[in-house]
Amino acid sequence: MEVKIQDTQDAIDAGAAEIDMVIDRGAFLSGQYGLVFDEIVKIREVCGDRAHLKVIFETGELVTYDNVSKASYLAMLAGADFIKTSTGKVAPAATPPVVLVMLEAVKDFHTMTQRRIGVKPAGGIRNTKDAIKQLVLVNETAGSEWLTPEYFRIGASALLNDLLMQRMKMDDGYYASPNYVTID
Amino acid sequence: MTFEYAPAPESRAIVDIKSKYGHFIDGKFLPGKKHFPTINPATEEVLSQISLGGASDVDKAVAAAQKAYTKTWSKLSGKERGKYLYRIARILQERAREFAVLETLDNGKPIRETRDIDIPLVAAHFFYHAGWADKLDYAGLGKSPAPHGVAGQIIPWNFPLLMLAWKVAPALATGNTVVLKPAETTSLTALLFAEVCQQAELPDGVVNIVTGDGSTGAAIVNHPGIHKIAFTGSTDVGKKIARAIAGTNKKATLELGGKGANIVFDDAPIDETVEGIVNGIFFNQGHVCCAGSRLILQESIADELIEKLKIRMSKIRIGDPLDKNTDLGAINSREQLSKIQELATAGDAEGAERWSPACTLSAKGFWFAPTIFTGVTQAHRIAREEIFGPVLSVLTFRTPQEAIEKANNTPFGLSAGVWSEKGSRILWATQQLRAGVIWANTFNKFDPASPFGGYKESGWGREGGKHGLAAYLKEGK
Repeated sequence: MEVKIQDTQDAIDAGAAEIDMVIDRGAFLSGQYGLVFDEIVKIREVCGDRAHLKVIFETGELVTYDNVSKASYLAMLAGADFIKTSTGKVAPAATPPVVLVMLEAVKDFHTMTQRRIGVKPAGGIRNTKDAIKQLVLVNETAGSEWLTPEYFRIGASALLNDLLMQRMKMDDGYYASPNYVTID
Repeated sequence: MTFEYAPAPESRAIVDIKSKYGHFIDGKFLPGKKHFPTINPATEEVLSQISLGGASDVDKAVAAAQKAYTKTWSKLSGKERGKYLYRIARILQERAREFAVLETLDNGKPIRETRDIDIPLVAAHFFYHAGWADKLDYAGLGKSPAPHGVAGQIIPWNFPLLMLAWKVAPALATGNTVVLKPAETTSLTALLFAEVCQQAELPDGVVNIVTGDGSTGAAIVNHPGIHKIAFTGSTDVGKKIARAIAGTNKKATLELGGKGANIVFDDAPIDETVEGIVNGIFFNQGHVCCAGSRLILQESIADELIEKLKIRMSKIRIGDPLDKNTDLGAINSREQLSKIQELATAGDAEGAERWSPACTLSAKGFWFAPTIFTGVTQAHRIAREEIFGPVLSVLTFRTPQEAIEKANNTPFGLSAGVWSEKGSRILWATQQLRAGVIWANTFNKFDPASPFGGYKESGWGREGGKHGLAAYLKEGK
């Protein structure tokens, strides 16, 4: 924990405006919710109002929707600004049902507390069609207030290239080789 | 940002409605003497002219059914009867879209429901009972249970073809022949079913359909050639039938009204429960005898749940029943609409608080906005009488005992729902509830294998499942 706090402090001192942290899944799955909660609170304290705090659940390891919902409330109550599905290292990641559960959680949390928390699905959204599905989900579940970069972002490196290719197709009328877009 | 729904109407070109219909007796369509119009309740457009059956038509139909019973149907083995039922089921599936569109036109219910619920369940009922036809020895009614003879069947307008299937499929599977009267406002799918009987080459006279009004139904009930009555409809008419057959040898099953209690405990999953409540009362415009028309909410979650329910109700789409996006269609008749209006007005007068989402209703046709009443007490008419429309009465409770007392405090006892994440609480509640069908964490689920019927003034006997066969058979040795 000391290391995590120090890391956060170093990052902020070096000018970071956003901090991503991953919850302790071992503690969460063994029912030590207090431990998970306290960790988030401590990182939140370090961030203060100098940096945004994004809490990553690694939903693929939480397995059930009940757990995703529980983790969402835990993070929101502990002071997260954003809740995020995954690091991208674990599959499955941002599946639509998981994102739906998180969107319902932020919506209900807003109704109860007037605090609007952001949602970031990451991992598994590879093409434009997937991204549109996510946007529809946001609009229909949480509402259009969430349809801004401030409250909804998609983390997906592969997505950008697909989007570029779709744009190229709209101009040219045919799909180009993926080699026409760069991979970094 | 809101996404608008573009109109997505199902084509009505698939159905061919004749300008005038007769009765279906002894395998043939016989012209009627007097006629009355049947209309599309969404537009008030006249769809066709239906024959008004009199005593002589009923006489002919019963004679045909008796002849078919003694000459052909009772001579066939169960296996052979089953083949006809399988054939009917397959034809119904092949012509499902035609039936769905016709049902929507004649009844006013959304195409989404006729296409996805009514017609598939109709086929399922025929398939299920086809399977029983050669296995009646194993129905728990002794060896070789025998049919009664001619069954007189009177069905309602809320699920016209489905109620026909609930009646005709078990009657034929068990070896009875049938004289059936569809409801006055919804005869068309029954008459199309008559064509299916011809197409399946069902022996003449096994199924006879006489159209008409209450007087036609009374002629069937009072006819001495009828051995068994099966009726689905209002409790008032059910009582009249019970009086009429008292002292005769006629057997009867009656599926009557209901005032279903939908009980929500404070640990229920709220969003799922909201969906279930909407399904419970707004499915089929609330024209459902087992509708969850009384919402009995634990007080601690009442405000939150009602708030969410209102948000959900604002998203119900009302309009053209043939549109695939429509959730709530037209009220079946002007008469039913005025009954709903009268009870809703009584709700206002007795001090309950009415709420409906903002919605525009067409001036033509019969429409009623989805409505909830809060602050309802047990004494209010809207908590005691069956409204049979898209109107929900909300009551609250503090202890589980109070919930059960309120739920059971009704002359009806057809359906109930329990919402809770706690299994033991669900089991406890379902044991206390006096209702024939109880759903837990869901509502309005139907299956031909599951018996359906009521306690108290909700009816006699069961339909569907193994229990439903008993109504059509005399116990064997």
